[in-house]
Amino acid sequence: MSLTPAIETTVVQGLPAIDRRRARRRAAWRRRGVVLAFLSPWLVGVTIFFGYPLLMSVYLSFTHFDNLSAPRWIGLANYRYLFSGDQLVGQAVRNSLWLMVFAVPLYVLSAFGIAMLVARVKHGVGFFRTVFYLPALAPPVAATLGFVYILNPATGPINVLLSHLGIQGPLWFQSPAWSKPSLVLLGIWGVGNMFIIFLAAVLDVPKHLYESAELDGTGPLQRLRYVTLPTISPVILFSVVIAVIAAMQYFTQAYVAANIASGQASQAGDVTVNLGFPQGSTLFYPVLLYNDGFRDFSMGYASAMAVMLFIAAFGVTAIILVNSRRWVHYGGAVK
Amino acid sequence: MRRVTVLVTLLAIAVVALAAGCGSNGSNGSAAATSSASAGPVHLTIWVGWSARELGVFKDVIAGYEKLHPNVTVTVRGSVNDDQIIAAIRGGNAPDVVSSFTSSNVGAFTSSGAWINLGPFMQKSNISTSTFTPATMYYTQYKGVRTALPLLADTWGLYYNKGMFAKAGIASPPKTISELVADAKKLTVRNPDGSLKVVGYDPFSGFYDGAPPMIVTYAPYFDAKFTDAQGHSILSKDPGWSALFTWQKNLVDWYGYNNLVRWQAAQGDQFSSSNSFEIGKMAMTLDGEWRVAFIAAEHPELNYGTAPGPVIDTHPELYGSGYVNGTIIGIPKGSKNESAAWDLVKYLTTDNHALVQFSNGIRNVPSTLASLKSPELSPDPHFATFLHVFGNRQSATSPITAVGAAYQTLIQNFAVKYQAGKISDLHAGLVQLDKQIDAQLAQAQVGAGAP
Repeated sequence: MSLTPAIETTVVQGLPAIDRRRARRRAAWRRRGVVLAFLSPWLVGVTIFFGYPLLMSVYLSFTHFDNLSAPRWIGLANYRYLFSGDQLVGQAVRNSLWLMVFAVPLYVLSAFGIAMLVARVKHGVGFFRTVFYLPALAPPVAATLGFVYILNPATGPINVLLSHLGIQGPLWFQSPAWSKPSLVLLGIWGVGNMFIIFLAAVLDVPKHLYESAELDGTGPLQRLRYVTLPTISPVILFSVVIAVIAAMQYFTQAYVAANIASGQASQAGDVTVNLGFPQGSTLFYPVLLYNDGFRDFSMGYASAMAVMLFIAAFGVTAIILVNSRRWVHYGGAVK
Repeated sequence: MRRVTVLVTLLAIAVVALAAGCGSNGSNGSAAATSSASAGPVHLTIWVGWSARELGVFKDVIAGYEKLHPNVTVTVRGSVNDDQIIAAIRGGNAPDVVSSFTSSNVGAFTSSGAWINLGPFMQKSNISTSTFTPATMYYTQYKGVRTALPLLADTWGLYYNKGMFAKAGIASPPKTISELVADAKKLTVRNPDGSLKVVGYDPFSGFYDGAPPMIVTYAPYFDAKFTDAQGHSILSKDPGWSALFTWQKNLVDWYGYNNLVRWQAAQGDQFSSSNSFEIGKMAMTLDGEWRVAFIAAEHPELNYGTAPGPVIDTHPELYGSGYVNGTIIGIPKGSKNESAAWDLVKYLTTDNHALVQFSNGIRNVPSTLASLKSPELSPDPHFATFLHVFGNRQSATSPITAVGAAYQTLIQNFAVKYQAGKISDLHAGLVQLDKQIDAQLAQAQVGAGAP
């Protein structure tokens, strides 16, 4: 590949100026063609599975679309209802913000903490890596079912154990105060993917940096502060961005937990939903979006919600990236 | 001679065709079915929500139809919900006939044109709306356009454990809400640590049939109306709703909110043999008529009785009424054989033998007036309660809107928060709820087409 431009340059130099320009242009187009050909699988995928749905969502957000008949243009009515009419949106946004503020730092800290511990293990490293990664392989629905069972306030093993110790366990998924922390516990249990990335980053920190720091008389906390964290800061940034976006799109676990915990999941053929059970505490923004779009025949309105979610996710990610310039260090260069 | 033979043959064909087209009077759908089904082999597909035992009974009813129409084969798919129906209609893969447990969605199915208008078919088959009860005719149409018919109906009533009643010295089931509260307290048994062992009556919104959208099942007992003549929400203006929410919260508070939640978490699933009422963990429950069949199949030893639900003390005349709802059936847009599909719909919804056979099998209420009085109906004192509730003129259903049961979800959310003590001012909360429902319905009307 790298020889081609050199050969073309040699050939072009032997021609008159106009022909040389044409030949360069042709060569440039050929290069673009090759690049496009290599990019085409990705381009086709992005266009079909991202570009088209995105544009359709934007269009549908300006329509009355009940999922069954053709969409009808209604201008900004969906956005007006979103910002001034729908009182469930406020609660949904607050719940999603709670996840971003409390769950994201806990996920990142847990993954990083486990990675640091496993990195120090001398024997049985493979076993511990497997143990901490394995939950990430559990399908979200199955994992949620398991957690709702384990945390059943009356019959779940956790509360049964606590009762033997004379402690009355919390109501977990049945309590608005405990439902979100229960979901966070579930998330921390399944933090394996992030843990693996952190583990790779922690193991990749050059040993000589630690040795130099030790020679300078630093303690473990100082080595963490001045060596480990700056070195793995790009991975921290990546994890934070991914976790924030995941928190904004949090749906499956909340939806399943609400239905199972409220005892409404077994009615064959029935579509009744205990929205955000208990007391709206698990009504996250995507749960409300799904309910409006697929249950309440308001896909146009749900599209407006989706557009706002996209803008919010884009904005938050941009803010994090801009701020990251102050604390993320690439290639060891400390600014 | 040859010309005469041809003329006679043509005349005979015309007469047969005319007779087949006009011959049915609606009392037996099978007669008209021959019009479309006699031409050759016909294959129909029907999607229904029933599963397991109930699906088996439905398949038996379908077998009866196939026996009457040897050239028609029907494929039945069970455990289907509205999400799947909508996806199939949108994808152009709709079956010939669909049925839904969620009658609230008729508004959306009708205004979107997803289910076709059955009016012309009914007219052609001489089927009058007077064949059915007014409540079932209400929840199968939207703004006067009928896109569905009732396929059996559901009513709600009180189930009570006779053994527990006798032990507590209670002679008869409660007829008023204050009697219900008094009996519930008498029948409740607590463990030494104060936790609940047996609950007299669980009023918790979100438990069993108090779950959404079933909060509405209480409305007829409190004479609670949803909207005024203009279609505006009137929950804050109708005293019935305040009475309903107040009663519910007071009884929840008597048990202790956390106590009740903890007890509920230990209960088996509503639609399983571990149902709390069936295993004696609950002395009374408000449930649909289908529970009679479930008890017969799962706990035939249970000594229980049924009665109409208790009503608000200020309206004793309402006793005997209840909430009415039911399975709906229709023809989706995209059905490949509308005429044959209609024959099947007509058979299932108007053939009294088929209705009674199905009713006897799954113990849902037969949905035509004639089938209610059919001698074929298996006599059962437990089930008879629900037939009376269904026939009561004061029995009511809930409004049909273009957004399905979305407004009921808002009411449910409110009830859940109020019973948890999260709303201090009931009236102010209901005023806010009215605004929310009105805004939701107004939003649904923006750009909505005529049905």
